[in-house]
Amino acid sequence: MTVFFGVFLLTLLLIVAIAIVRADNLFVAVMLGGIFSLLMATIFFLLDAPDVALTEAAVGAGISTVLYLAALALTAEREKRHTVHQIKALVVVTTTALLVIFATFDNVQFGDPTAPVHVHVGPWYLENTQRYMDIPNVVTAILGSFRGYDTLGELFVVFTAGIGVLFLLGTRPKKDTEAAETLIPQQSETSEGLRNYLIPRLTGRLLVPIILLFGLYVQFHGEYSPGGGFQAGAIIAAGIILYALLEGETAALRVVPQWMLMALMAGGALLYGMVGVVGMLLGGQFLDYSVLADNPVTGQQLGILLIELGVGMTVSGVLLSIFHAFAARDKY
Amino acid sequence: MSAWAQHLPALQVGVPLLTTPIIVLLRPHGLSWAAATLTSCFTFFIAVMLTVAVLQGQQVQYSMGAWPAPHGIALSVDAFSAILLLIVTGASTVALLAARQIVNAEIEASRQPLFYTAWLLALAGFVGILVSADAFNIFVFMEISSLASYVLIAGGSDRRALPAVFKYLVMGTIGATFYLIGIGLIYLMTGTLNLADMEVRIREVSDQKPILVAAGFITIGLALKAAVFPLHLWLPNAYTYAPVPVTVFLAACSTKVSLYLLLRFDFFLFQPNLLNHNIQFSYFIMPLAILAILAASSLAMFERNLKRLLAYSSIAQVGYILLGASLVSLIGLTASVIHMFNHALAKAALFLCVACLATRCANLRIDSLRGVAKQMPWTMAAFLLAGLSLIGVPGTAGFISKWYLITAALDEGLLGVGLIVVVAAGSLMAVYYLWRVIEAAYFGKTNEGAEIVGEAPLGILVVCWLVVLSNYYFGLAPSLPTTLSSAAAQILLGQVP
Repeated sequence: MTVFFGVFLLTLLLIVAIAIVRADNLFVAVMLGGIFSLLMATIFFLLDAPDVALTEAAVGAGISTVLYLAALALTAEREKRHTVHQIKALVVVTTTALLVIFATFDNVQFGDPTAPVHVHVGPWYLENTQRYMDIPNVVTAILGSFRGYDTLGELFVVFTAGIGVLFLLGTRPKKDTEAAETLIPQQSETSEGLRNYLIPRLTGRLLVPIILLFGLYVQFHGEYSPGGGFQAGAIIAAGIILYALLEGETAALRVVPQWMLMALMAGGALLYGMVGVVGMLLGGQFLDYSVLADNPVTGQQLGILLIELGVGMTVSGVLLSIFHAFAARDKY
Repeated sequence: MSAWAQHLPALQVGVPLLTTPIIVLLRPHGLSWAAATLTSCFTFFIAVMLTVAVLQGQQVQYSMGAWPAPHGIALSVDAFSAILLLIVTGASTVALLAARQIVNAEIEASRQPLFYTAWLLALAGFVGILVSADAFNIFVFMEISSLASYVLIAGGSDRRALPAVFKYLVMGTIGATFYLIGIGLIYLMTGTLNLADMEVRIREVSDQKPILVAAGFITIGLALKAAVFPLHLWLPNAYTYAPVPVTVFLAACSTKVSLYLLLRFDFFLFQPNLLNHNIQFSYFIMPLAILAILAASSLAMFERNLKRLLAYSSIAQVGYILLGASLVSLIGLTASVIHMFNHALAKAALFLCVACLATRCANLRIDSLRGVAKQMPWTMAAFLLAGLSLIGVPGTAGFISKWYLITAALDEGLLGVGLIVVVAAGSLMAVYYLWRVIEAAYFGKTNEGAEIVGEAPLGILVVCWLVVLSNYYFGLAPSLPTTLSSAAAQILLGQVP
């Protein structure tokens, strides 16, 4: 059954991918991109990776689409026609795909329990998570502690992206800002977002608190069920972005102002790092949570809780900052 | 102190990485620069401590989170990573010391904390790659360093940097993705990400097909990031339009970190396990290296923009580094590693001279630099001396690497004679393209209507001369880089040093 659905979804994925490449209307391409991510999320779910599916759905289908649309608002909707390199690109892509197929063909069967990835480190994680951390979600244990250093790195990748967007889009010519502020009078705020559209606004307003609540659930329940800081941060950011789309960017900035976004971004990364440093100061290795409490198991649980909080803070801060940076650009 | 000594590998990455969230919040003017420079100095100091430990023969290992490898992530530092750590942290520190005035002129004060944050993130990314002993962890830090480099290159006031950086971003992302595909294939066959564990388990893999394809993906992906000819197309414009301090930093170290990974993966994983892979490696890399030396040097000979000229020269130098490695011999690899060190010294010195020029001259076309030596005698004298090191005149650091390279080539018989001809031709071309700059600066008539400019600010000039003189110090007393690189070569060839 899994194989049947897998083949079905992958075929759909292929069709959507070809449609994205062929679309010359960028709006269509962005929408298809959202569908692509949703299909990906479904496939991940089918392969028993709900944590990844959740991330893909929240970030890929949700926030990326909004960011693409925000970028699209700054540029033209139609792609410029140039067909010079298309054949060469097709050759390169096809060769790469054939090479990957050649390498993996007939090597490891889908779901084979004797595959190298299932007999080496995998079983160790499954056996020892209970002993060291006493939490049911092994994925959280691996991401948060066993390979916590990778997660710290990934968090800083997100942080770097946020810094980069703020740095590069932050070049507002001084004069333009003042001019824009004087030119656009107060009343413009009421025309921002979807304030004049009753139905989306009403349904949207109902959804926002539910999304935020779900985000918090995913954040603090990550040890027991799929989820964790990355997903929660993306979901919470998505909730606030929805609010911004409904009520206008200014209203959203009033709820979560710029300084708070910066504090979230830097604070989350710092919190994660400091958990590692405290581990060192208490006589353990960097990112060793066992020394955080008298009981090593409690220490691990505490450490994972704190670093997941850091991840959630930075991810939501960065995603919202990027959204606002694009949206602010739109005004000038 | 001794309690902290065991944490050095973690601190090497942790110090620059964890300072970034603080620096981004430093609003007062100039403070972010001071904090970044101080952090970079401290990172360099840690690299020196690690090198000392390696030279004393210690096994520098670290388990993140106290989880034993291969279940957790391990860090390890040997002679090869130590010499690269010195290059990266040293380059970052001198570039930052020289950066303040130029950055003040190019980037408005409100954005400077973000700029220096990106700088330290790039530094942390590079050192993170170098100390890591885990294939996926390397990818994570590769992402940090690449993203931060794109930001830094696009950071200046020159809008032409944006298309240049977009090209770099697309090609760099393809490179990183290829690396990831390769790692994925190896993980599929071995079930581990720890490099040492991989080395052991890869021997038991019966089907070589996926490993061979992985070798192809990893080599091409990293070659793309290392600007190996003909995959260098992103480099010239990226270096040319970046702010000069960024060029000093990245030109000295960014391609070398990718070359480090390329050599490490090939010599540790693929050559011992794939049939005749050393011959494949040699046959694949050597022609590219020769082409890089000849083609990039000739492009430099006809280039009018000083920064792009030096950028083409960097592509040629990547050729020398690979030429040594492609001989797959002890001296060849020593030449390769020592040239990473010496080229970083020479190129950092040359780009620091460019930084001096950039403080006074509006554009860096060779034509417009005519007669500039009269007004900036110290800068141009430094350029001349650093140029001699790039060419490889006896007494300079550049000579040491050319000497090793020629010695290694002599072991190869007739092929070696051909290689020596290539090296000599490359050096002669370097004489020509550097002479064009010297000739314009010293003997060219000052352009009419050109405004009188003075010598560069003392701060930058001092840093510049410091690096120039170190080219001569390491030319006359090369024991540190030679010890480290011959140990590195022994490690790569699987001999216990």
